[in-house]
Amino acid sequence: MELVEAIILSVLAASTPLLIAATGELVTERSGVLNLGVEGMMIVGAACGFGGAWLSGSIIVGALCGILAGAALSLIFALMTLGLAVNQVATGLALTILGIGLSGLIGARFVGERISTAPHLHIPGLSDIPLVGRILFGEDAFVYLSIALIIGVWWFLYRTRAGLVLRACGDNHVSAHALGYPVLRIRLLAVLFGGACAGLAGAYLPLAYTPFFIPGMTAGRGWIALALVVFSSWRPARLVIGAYLFGAVTILQLHAQGAGIGIPSQFMSALPYLATVIVLVLLSRTRTGGSTAPAALGTVFVPDR
Amino acid sequence: MANRLLAAAAALILSVAVGGTALAADKLKVGFIYLGPIGDLGWTYQHELARQALVKEFGDKIETTYLENVPEGPDAERAIEQLVRAGNKLIFTTSFGYMDPTLKVAKKYPNVHFEHATGYKRDKNMSTYSARWYQGRYIQGQIAAKMSKAGVLGYIGSFPIPEVISGINATMLGAQSINPNIKVKIIWVNTWFDPGKEADAAKALLDQGADIIMQHTDSPAAMQVAEERGKLAFGQDSEMIKFGPKAQLTSILDTWAPYYIARVKAELDGTWKEENTWGGLDSKMFEMAPYTNMPDDVKKLAEDTQAAITAGKLHPFKCPVLGQDGKEVECKGGDHLDDSQILSMNFYVKGVDDKLPGK
Repeated sequence: MELVEAIILSVLAASTPLLIAATGELVTERSGVLNLGVEGMMIVGAACGFGGAWLSGSIIVGALCGILAGAALSLIFALMTLGLAVNQVATGLALTILGIGLSGLIGARFVGERISTAPHLHIPGLSDIPLVGRILFGEDAFVYLSIALIIGVWWFLYRTRAGLVLRACGDNHVSAHALGYPVLRIRLLAVLFGGACAGLAGAYLPLAYTPFFIPGMTAGRGWIALALVVFSSWRPARLVIGAYLFGAVTILQLHAQGAGIGIPSQFMSALPYLATVIVLVLLSRTRTGGSTAPAALGTVFVPDR
Repeated sequence: MANRLLAAAAALILSVAVGGTALAADKLKVGFIYLGPIGDLGWTYQHELARQALVKEFGDKIETTYLENVPEGPDAERAIEQLVRAGNKLIFTTSFGYMDPTLKVAKKYPNVHFEHATGYKRDKNMSTYSARWYQGRYIQGQIAAKMSKAGVLGYIGSFPIPEVISGINATMLGAQSINPNIKVKIIWVNTWFDPGKEADAAKALLDQGADIIMQHTDSPAAMQVAEERGKLAFGQDSEMIKFGPKAQLTSILDTWAPYYIARVKAELDGTWKEENTWGGLDSKMFEMAPYTNMPDDVKKLAEDTQAAITAGKLHPFKCPVLGQDGKEVECKGGDHLDDSQILSMNFYVKGVDDKLPGK
């Protein structure tokens, strides 16, 4: 039983950064903008998040620094793609390269330093319930924040007028513009939200996961977040499933190896990706699935005045 | 105006790229190609420490330059050539993947000398160098067997290549010399560097009952997990005690400085020639970090073993070495496995209760 609890706790921790980053990217893409710079924004968020926490001694300040850094980087992306109508794919890739370099520069003086990790919640009584207590009431705040975030995004997209307008921009920016909605301003906000989430997801790594900063520590998680958005067919509920599925398979394959189950480790390492592909195929076979990408995703919009 | 600005910018970038060094004809210029950032706290960091030692040793007789974050593959060739054109006469390329690019540039510039780490291709003007890290793993195995209460070691592997496999085997042979029933759990993470995954692997191993963590990956994440859980661990490449003040037992430290100093000295004296160096504890190609967080008798044992290996009295792969099936492995080196057997090791020794990936 203890092992099950330990596995679930590891899965939660491994899935959380993916979920946060993917949530932000989902909103960005729903507005019709494809930002491939998630990895770059994450790693800058990690560097600034660690720096902020180390200098101030506060995890919250660190998290805020991460959020601001991610948003600042996404602002550059917004200026290029929305302001100057530059190709989004190229700009996003450039943003990743910029972010990796920038994070090394920012983080250079923090390398080798240590901080204490984000404290785990402890609610007397509740956190002590066997098995479920630690999981439901005893993790770090980021884990619960990520779940609140995705629920909030779901509510915003499907239950508010503003969410409807945002989706309209992503599906047909010309019509949205004709109806009088400020397409570029809405997209700017969506891009900034995506950047802030990526920054927070990056900051989660040094603040709660592995409490130190090393250049390149995101190790491709930004790309996985991007894939998860496609996997979810741009729906928040599926995004949650995808993020936890990916985290679960990643952790379970490590445990399977440790337990000496004789399956080649290379295959085990590929499992999370394989699972993603299989679920994607299954989803696309259902009637409501298929190509549900926002129709205007990745296309530039220049309003004619 | 724009053109001049561009030229100035280009000159600036170039000068930054080659370390902003000034021209000085009488100084020996020594160049380095690094795989990671110098702040990686692991592999590249150790090479950088050795470069700094060179500067300290030779002062203004030499001038050093390094390029960091150079990807392995064709890009490396351009980087190496850039160092040649900047006037470097001795160039260290510090990762396995630079092997072919280094060889290519070496053939093109016969008057420049090249030193390639951990590879096996050489030329008239290209040497190779590496370290017998398995010796350190044997010592770690003995310490682990002494310190483990559960009798289960947790081992985080990167890729199932001979260097890593010989490390696991040396560890187990060392551990078995203390406790014949010792067990090891192995998790391959299939990456050299992913702090999150390394931490997850360490957690999985501890959750499954291992109480000592050993790693053949580059970040201090596993060490930090052990520290947090109140368990013990060994560092890798560099000193990781900062991340595990109560967890680190010791660490294999890549100390390239003595070798680098010897090679630069040879170059200055004009006696440099192509060589294949595979040094161990005796030639200080690597060192053991101080033995910490263990009782005095275990420390004494580790020091004695280290002394015996250094003196050549003890070989970690002394025959007979039994394979996983219990059969004796052919003994090509007299009373121990010979170097080629260690360099191409693709089997587990008896007592490793795991299946080698791909076998």
